[in-house]
Amino acid sequence: MILCGHFEQSVIDRISADILNFFYFPLEVKECTLNLTSFYNPTRRQYDANLLINAVSELSSPDAIKTISLFRVDLFIPILTYVFGQSMLNGSTGIVSLYRLRNELYGLEQDNHLLIERFRKVIIHELGHAFGLIHCHNPVCIMRSSTYVEDLDQKEMDFCMKCRTELDKRLDINSI
Amino acid sequence: MTEKKVSILVVDDEESVRDSLYNWFIDDGYAVECAENAKQALTMLEARDFDIILADIKMPGMDGMEMHRRIKILKKEPIFIIMTAFASVDTAVQALKNGAYDYVTKPFDPDDLSHLIRNAASHVTLEAENKSLKDRITTLEDVDDLIGESEAMQQVLREVESVAQSNSSVIVTGESGTGKELIARAIHANSPRKYFPLISVHCGALSESLLESELFGHEKGAFTGATFNRKGRFEMADGGTIFLDEIGTISPKMQIELLRVLETRSFVRVGGNKEISSDFRVICATNRDLKSMVDNGTFREDLYYRLNVVNIRIPPLRERVEDIPLLINHFIRKYCKSMSRDLIAVEPAALKHLQELEYPGNVRELENMIERAIVIGNGKEIRLNDLPMGKEVMSSSIESLDDLERKHISSILDKYNWNISRASKALNVDRATLYNKIKKYDLKKGSR
Repeated sequence: MILCGHFEQSVIDRISADILNFFYFPLEVKECTLNLTSFYNPTRRQYDANLLINAVSELSSPDAIKTISLFRVDLFIPILTYVFGQSMLNGSTGIVSLYRLRNELYGLEQDNHLLIERFRKVIIHELGHAFGLIHCHNPVCIMRSSTYVEDLDQKEMDFCMKCRTELDKRLDINSI
Repeated sequence: MTEKKVSILVVDDEESVRDSLYNWFIDDGYAVECAENAKQALTMLEARDFDIILADIKMPGMDGMEMHRRIKILKKEPIFIIMTAFASVDTAVQALKNGAYDYVTKPFDPDDLSHLIRNAASHVTLEAENKSLKDRITTLEDVDDLIGESEAMQQVLREVESVAQSNSSVIVTGESGTGKELIARAIHANSPRKYFPLISVHCGALSESLLESELFGHEKGAFTGATFNRKGRFEMADGGTIFLDEIGTISPKMQIELLRVLETRSFVRVGGNKEISSDFRVICATNRDLKSMVDNGTFREDLYYRLNVVNIRIPPLRERVEDIPLLINHFIRKYCKSMSRDLIAVEPAALKHLQELEYPGNVRELENMIERAIVIGNGKEIRLNDLPMGKEVMSSSIESLDDLERKHISSILDKYNWNISRASKALNVDRATLYNKIKKYDLKKGSR
């Protein structure tokens, strides 16, 4: 996991436990060495997620099974006004930002507990894509597509039975 | 069975847009392909179909609007969604007027894009389901058994065509086996009610109380054995057609009840008290002379006139013998197909015999004969002795009693070298009788 910005150790520990719990892989944490200004789009006042994902994949450890990079900046891709995170289906890398997950952005009261819950859900969701899972129609499955933070809150911090079975198959293949 | 994925073609000259949309849709489980310009997209469309096309309006060379026009010329009907970086009401209106499904401005709100594609995908699925259901209904109501080029049958078909579009009650009359139910099916299949059910009731096969329960349905506990609520045939025919076969057999009580239903289009289930309405069309059939039954008081006059708005009479097979070869070929195709056999021919003598029969059982009798002949035949052709009565026909046409007598006398005369005394002794007749027979059959020595 590559950290691009400051994240509290307790948050890192929760994410580390989640990854071990859901994907059975230990987590290695690295600090980010990227200069984010080169990914900033002044017209949109956002950071290009597609460029960032390519840059992050070059920073990955050679022995890493998957790499997830955490940001605190506003991410976009050319066709969408914003994204919570981005990863390639069956790819090696994913990125996630907590910028759009904050209640304050929507005029609501700050809620750090909820923010971390949402952040963890997006991380597991993007890693799910990296392990080959597509969006799920089950309304509470973590692999359900979420375009609003409210959608994230409705999901559970878990895979549905169908996605779990599919993920286990894919983890077997990845661990061989 | 695996569900078919909805397919999407993304057409945009910007690689980043194509890649982003590709990844977005792949994550959602769609089958996605991309083209970098309209020309490439059209080439891809010639090779295969896509359910949804998402195309940029401004592209080098051919633009999105022109591409949409050319797709329509290819007779393809994908859902076409226009994307543009420049919001313009004029182009949006023009795109929608040209039949585009929707119009989106880049960059999209993720939720808008998600909704748009989900709605378009539902539309694709519904269209496919609708088409499949319509195909199934058309198959179910296939009336290709209506065969006949004779003027009598053509007249019937013209009447079917003209009456189908109306909502009038129809009585189909004709002898047993002429195909009255087929005519009812043809009327229904060509009517605006064809996507609703055609419900058939064989009135003659049911007792009065059973027919009542069958037609109107019953409530649980209405009679012994009524262990659950049951819809009646009138209720089941809502939106469609009810076909009442052998209408001439129903009892006076049922005639009154039927008349009331036809007048009000509403009824009460047996054992129930709730009035149920149903929108149905009635087609009846009978092989009896209903007018005579009215005259002798066994069929209600008011019901007769209510049913007899249009009367279609099907001619018996003996009045349209020119249709027999066509019908034979039709039944051969039908039964060879159902028995997975190669098509077979008909021996000329068998065809002649089939054309000369009277057919009191009409087309049904002919159909049964052909089916039987295919089952017991040699698999190559239908022979005279594969037909009922065919063997008798074969022997009687070739070996009449006179023929037999002539042949026998001739062979005895030849055997005794026309020695009349010895031949008459062998035949156990006197010489005068033998001379008379020789004269009768014009027999001559050496002319067998």
